[in-house]
Amino acid sequence: MVTPRTKAAACAWLWAAASALSLALPSAPAHAAARAEVIHWWTSGGESSAVKQVAQAFRNAGGVWVDSAIAGGDQSRAVTINRIIGGNPPTAAQFNTSKQFTDVIEQNMLNNVDLVAKAQDWDRILPQPLIDVIKHDGHYYAVPLNIHMQTWIWYSKAAFKKAGIDKEPASMGELFAALDKLKAAGLVPLAHGGQSWQETVLFSALLANIGGRDLYLKVIRERDQATIKSAAMRDVLLAFKRMKSYVDAGSPGRNWNDATAMLISGKAGIQVMGDWAKGEFTNAGQLPGQHYGCIPGLNPDTPYLMQGDVFVFPRTDNPNAIKAQQLLANVVSQPELQVAFSKLKGSIPVRLDANAAVLDLCAQKGIEIIKDRSRQLGVTEVYLTPDQNGALQDILTAYWNMDIKVDKVQRSIANALKY
Amino acid sequence: MLARRLVKLSPHVALLPMALTVLLAYVGGALWTLRTSFTAARTFPSDKFIGVAQYVRLFDNERWLLSLHNLAVYGALFIIACMVLGFLLAVFIDQNVKGEGVLRTVFLYPYAMSFIATGLVWQWLLAPGSGIEGALRQMGFAGFSFDWIVHQDLVVYTVVIATVWQASGLVMALMLAGLRGIDPEIYKAARLDGIPAWRTYLQIVLPMLGPSVATVFLLLTTAVVKLYDAVVAMTQGGPGIASEVPAKFIMDHLFLRSNIGLASAGAVTLLVPVLALLAPYAYARSRRARAGGAHA
Repeated sequence: MVTPRTKAAACAWLWAAASALSLALPSAPAHAAARAEVIHWWTSGGESSAVKQVAQAFRNAGGVWVDSAIAGGDQSRAVTINRIIGGNPPTAAQFNTSKQFTDVIEQNMLNNVDLVAKAQDWDRILPQPLIDVIKHDGHYYAVPLNIHMQTWIWYSKAAFKKAGIDKEPASMGELFAALDKLKAAGLVPLAHGGQSWQETVLFSALLANIGGRDLYLKVIRERDQATIKSAAMRDVLLAFKRMKSYVDAGSPGRNWNDATAMLISGKAGIQVMGDWAKGEFTNAGQLPGQHYGCIPGLNPDTPYLMQGDVFVFPRTDNPNAIKAQQLLANVVSQPELQVAFSKLKGSIPVRLDANAAVLDLCAQKGIEIIKDRSRQLGVTEVYLTPDQNGALQDILTAYWNMDIKVDKVQRSIANALKY
Repeated sequence: MLARRLVKLSPHVALLPMALTVLLAYVGGALWTLRTSFTAARTFPSDKFIGVAQYVRLFDNERWLLSLHNLAVYGALFIIACMVLGFLLAVFIDQNVKGEGVLRTVFLYPYAMSFIATGLVWQWLLAPGSGIEGALRQMGFAGFSFDWIVHQDLVVYTVVIATVWQASGLVMALMLAGLRGIDPEIYKAARLDGIPAWRTYLQIVLPMLGPSVATVFLLLTTAVVKLYDAVVAMTQGGPGIASEVPAKFIMDHLFLRSNIGLASAGAVTLLVPVLALLAPYAYARSRRARAGGAHA
């Protein structure tokens, strides 16, 4: 007998079966759009608006962007590597332009992007330090998105005016003189955050400005023991320690953006930081050339220390995934996208033929400098593996915070970089 | 017959999952770490054996040597302070005070917090300018300064303070349990003999608490060796590398620094003192058990 209860039960069963069936059947049509799951760590305000540009461009090209943002570079890279080993790799992942992914390449875990590289003639147009980290055995394994410079010298025009400094320092001597004037005027001369990576940024700036290209490469790329223990390196280390006398007591542990805030409010004069600091100034409504200034290097031949972001493409044989990877590689190397991305991120595009008229004053300075091949160098991470870079960082931060004899520091650095 | 044999086997069967976990996860993991420490593994495991080169590099590393030194200083202070404080708290509560239940709960509560929460709270308390220093300055002690947490030489002591605050409650609870097992006649006999209370506790009761003290010592030692989260939450190993500890060195090199060979060498090195402490203890216990069994 068919009662209302039996009918209700039958409807419920039919509904359950239908939903199970629809879930089991593939919902996408056979010619699926290129679906890319991308792991990255662009989670701050400016960064996430920049990555939205990339996502939109990918969608405009017909792809499906699945965002996997993980806050914190270390965590994001750890997740990427764990997923690659675990057999469930993302379609693309963000890394820095550095040796972070050298091991991944050597273990044959990345697909190469030779098609895009050949089509755009990367051998000719990319800066050499970038090529050195993304090209192995003649194959390209990563797509660079942008170029950041790590060691810009930012200064607050209001603070300079108060201290009576009327022109930009154009040498180390003038920089120290400016710092002394700021101290005399009662301002904080150098806004610095007491974290080990920031001490390494400051040291890199001094090594580039005082030592120049040759000393920098000898110490960081060749890790030449004799040069590390030389008098020239000693001068750089002493200048580094001298900078400590210009920071305020609240600097230990301070975040980089809090140090930039000191410049924005006019409490501090100078900060040595990468061009991602521009976003802080822009958010506070300050303009380059008007409220703040940017010095890429004190001498006309000071190396331009490049770092940046790349996408890598984990190895997969799935034709849909490969299609998505190629599409993403193509989208990301378009000059218009690179300019749009760099505008929001504070970097400069990798492609020298991009129309950079919309970028600000400081970015224009950077683009001019990068055309000079002799000034194209990389940050320490481009030449040192993560643990070598970390060991150098430990020694520099110990020297910054404690009273250690400079010869001992030189010996420690030589020791750490010999492995 | 068969049923009886099955019943005899059932405890073994019940223990099988745990035994497998211990063998595969703990012992297997330790052996794999030992193997990795002899290879040139960086981001990924590798099959390239390089002998003891990782250990040579490890003991050439200033940060590692500083972390061992910090661990020794921290360990000694932490264990002594916890045991003394915990024992004193247990003795006070054992005096049949009013509200004993409440007091016991209050002292044990910090142990319910994770090391991360403890580290964070104490970082705020010890931050120069705010926290304890700021509060006392506002109360009128203008010249008061308590900025150990930004001093190279004093930062280890701040970690000691935070973790002792957290762990002494547990020591108190364990010692109290031991104290409750002591025959009350002993106190009466000692009072009749005219022995002052402190000597009773120190020279009569404390030796009787041998097993409790041994348990507490073991627990505290393992807490010392695995100290990581408190340091990360409080000082991030800083200022500079002044409050570095071996567990943090190992974790940093496993992920951030992408050098699992060096991290494995560090982990094996950390295992050695733990085994050195446990092995004589286990041997002494087994000897006592055998001697006790022989007499029985």
